[in-house]
Amino acid sequence: MPILEVKNLVTRFYTIEGVVHALNGVSFDLEEGEILGIVGESGSGKSVAMMSLLNLLPMPPARIERGKALFYENGGQDSVDLLTLTKAERRRVRGGKIGYIFQDALSALNPVMTVGRQIGESLMEHLGLSGEDAKHRAVELLEHVGIPGAEKRYYNYPHQFSGGMRQRVMIAIAIACDPKIVIADEPTTALDVTVQAQIVELIKRLQEELRLAVIWITHDLGVVAGIADRVLVMYAGYPVEISLVDDLYNNPVHPYTKGLLGALPGIGGKRAGRLESIEGAPPDLLAKPKHCQFVWRCPYAFDRCRNEMPELVEIAPKHYTKCFL
Amino acid sequence: MQRYILSRLVQSAGILIGVLLIVFFMLQMTGDPVSLMVSRNASPEQVEALREELGYNRPVMVQFFDFFTDALTGDFGMSLRHRQPSLKLILDRLPATVELAATALMFALVIGVPLGLLGGSNPNSFWDIMARGAGLIGQTIPNFWLALILIVILSVHLGWFPTFGRNTWSLFGLTLPTRSVVLPAFALGLFTTGQIVRFVRSAVLEIKNEDYVRTAYSKGLSDRNIYMRHILRNASIPLISIIGVQFGYLMSGSIYIETIFSWPGLGNLLAEAIGNRDFALVQAIAFFTSLVVVALNLLTDVAYGLADPRIRYGD
Amino acid sequence: MMEIAKGTGLRIDRAPNTGIRAKAAYVCKLLWRDKTGLAGLIIVLIVITAAVFAPFLSPYDPLQQDLRSAKTPPAWTEEGDMDHPLGTDNLGRDILSRIIYGTRVSLTVGFFGVLIACSIGMVIGLISGYVGGLTDNIVMGLVNMILALPYLVFVVFIAAILGRSLLIVILIFGFTDIPIFVRITRGEVLRIRESGYIEAARSIGAGNGRIIFRHILPNLIGPLITIATFEMSAMIFYEAGLGFLGLSVPPSVPSWGNMLSTGRQYLTIYPWIATYPGLAIVFTGLGMNLLGDWFRDVLDPRLRRIKR
Repeated sequence: MPILEVKNLVTRFYTIEGVVHALNGVSFDLEEGEILGIVGESGSGKSVAMMSLLNLLPMPPARIERGKALFYENGGQDSVDLLTLTKAERRRVRGGKIGYIFQDALSALNPVMTVGRQIGESLMEHLGLSGEDAKHRAVELLEHVGIPGAEKRYYNYPHQFSGGMRQRVMIAIAIACDPKIVIADEPTTALDVTVQAQIVELIKRLQEELRLAVIWITHDLGVVAGIADRVLVMYAGYPVEISLVDDLYNNPVHPYTKGLLGALPGIGGKRAGRLESIEGAPPDLLAKPKHCQFVWRCPYAFDRCRNEMPELVEIAPKHYTKCFL
Repeated sequence: MQRYILSRLVQSAGILIGVLLIVFFMLQMTGDPVSLMVSRNASPEQVEALREELGYNRPVMVQFFDFFTDALTGDFGMSLRHRQPSLKLILDRLPATVELAATALMFALVIGVPLGLLGGSNPNSFWDIMARGAGLIGQTIPNFWLALILIVILSVHLGWFPTFGRNTWSLFGLTLPTRSVVLPAFALGLFTTGQIVRFVRSAVLEIKNEDYVRTAYSKGLSDRNIYMRHILRNASIPLISIIGVQFGYLMSGSIYIETIFSWPGLGNLLAEAIGNRDFALVQAIAFFTSLVVVALNLLTDVAYGLADPRIRYGD
Repeated sequence: MMEIAKGTGLRIDRAPNTGIRAKAAYVCKLLWRDKTGLAGLIIVLIVITAAVFAPFLSPYDPLQQDLRSAKTPPAWTEEGDMDHPLGTDNLGRDILSRIIYGTRVSLTVGFFGVLIACSIGMVIGLISGYVGGLTDNIVMGLVNMILALPYLVFVVFIAAILGRSLLIVILIFGFTDIPIFVRITRGEVLRIRESGYIEAARSIGAGNGRIIFRHILPNLIGPLITIATFEMSAMIFYEAGLGFLGLSVPPSVPSWGNMLSTGRQYLTIYPWIATYPGLAIVFTGLGMNLLGDWFRDVLDPRLRRIKR
């Protein structure tokens, strides 16, 4: 049962240097209660896609040109298109239905507001709690995400927390109003490795407890392998491969996915041999893509790849790829 | 926080010592103050006697030391012209200047903050054009000229305001301003208004793009809450610094306005002293205004530290 | 490489502008796009033209008194005539001619004042930022002290002591304005040093001289030109202010400040005497500020971002 269905999302940035083709037709769906990993290198449009859904991009320069993002409620009976909501409806979705965990909690939290109030704000907005109730609930949430001494920590400012603790606060904000979906936008990138593992654990735990659907954005295939149910690989603003996680690791089809997996240090020692890298640089997003954007770096590219854009086709059950091979 | 305040205190003290050095040697540059004081036909003996009496015949370093210790005890020397302690003359004029500067600052804040906020939140809108215009006007119209124009139009032609002078009225023993302060305060505050508009507008534009504002949007807050609680609030912390600096500027920069409006304040006293070549008084005013500005800066820094939790709970 | 839409991780590559001609073309394109910058440039050019060609442009000798036609109102009023488009002052001197000649005083003070302040300030700032350590602490201590002083009071004080002459006015502004340029230069030097490519240059064996001339100075030009424009406009203001108090160039010299000072005495009866020189100051200040804003946008690549 899908909870979110994104169809052919196109977002562009109109800058002084030219038009940046950030998203060139992103389609995917998200099942209720699953973890969908989105991987891709920086500039592939992972974050832009997620921010487009909630209209969080600065506009201008950004503009969502096309697409649908259907959000299903009540067991799939009702659906709304997130991209055509009114302002008030959108506010109800943001934070209320979809929580967002940002990458760098230090800059994503207001430095001059106590963390307690930053959580409470959301509660008062969506659940209509009074100041007192919001405080109680915020303290509970802080405890829930594993912050010791929550009662006291409520009054602290972000700079008084360690990186991991700040990310926990961020998570508390995202789950505060019982959302259906949580978007975790590289939630562990800015953290130490040991802390990373704790945060991954925490989100996994909360996902199970609260039956959340999670979209997990990362460029770290290792993290995805551990927790995701399915994986979407993005390149140059569109998905190149979508598959169940095991399928993707055992049987990658798109050359880019293969390259990514080749560039991954062996997981649990399964993969020995030398660490491969993908030759070349990501494509110039200023040009409108007319054919496969991986041709310049693809070892298997042939003429058709340089003339046509492949369709996203199902090559095995629940395994889609955008490649002529 | 204590360390922060302590370091600012030390800094301020250092600045004041420097100021004393500067104003002392500037007075030395004026030549012999005594020859300015005595009448043209005084005999050399009389001049010498006065020099002796006022201590101007001692070595420079001794004079500076005296000057320094006197200043520390609140003795800013004597006005050569008025034959009165300079500090007394200054303090007599201080209320008028404070009234003028405070009113000017109030105008600037009342106009500047909302205009900057409106402009910054809707770039290229009507309000933004107004805000940018106000910023530009503040920087391009000299206050002394604006004052003249205001007098011609609003006082002479329309008769809405007095052309010069300061009137006050009393209520429960408090001295309160009358409309006589409106024109001088508006003219004086124009530059500050422009600065505040510019600052608030650019702060809003910048903070709008901060990650934590995006977080606030992602929480589903209303625009009003986001602007009030996140954007304006965060912009108001650096605004404290601007206000402090501008108040210092208004206190010390009112020489033109006070001259034009015959406003009985410090600026006017300074202009008179310069006209009379009463450099001892000029020196005292220069030191006093420096003291005020430095003290304001110190206060501003402390207020800033209190307002910004990163400093308050720092160290 | 330039990053847009902060935090989205989205980057675009910009082809490097190679060659001076390409760069100049790019700057012209930007100037044309930003009409206010263009307006500022035109205004400044008009003022410069007026200063250079003053003898040809002014209808009268600015010093020539003519008591019979004294206090003639400007041409647009009923009593005025086209002989004196902007009227005459209390001594019958033509206001338009005096305003045109006044540009000379203003621009001279502004230009040479900034030249002095900028060249000395830049050298001190370079040394302070480059050498660092105790030198830097002392320099910045002094700079912060001077910047903390009530500027106007001290300028008036100094001007009153030193007396009235163009040279003295230039020197006063030139020297009192040094700290601003020190601070800007030092800030830029520190920024450039931190950016890492100085270390890269040093690691391949570049000497101090080469680093300063090839790597630091070119980066300083943009910010310094921007600040210089603003400071020039500020100096023109302050010069007029000093003149207004009777502390700038001698009263016989046609300068905007002196004209305002005269105009003030006749303000209620002959308001035009003070009005037009003030407008000239506003006009010049407007041009320089618009140009400065534009310089800041164009020459500071950190600020050049999104098309609005």
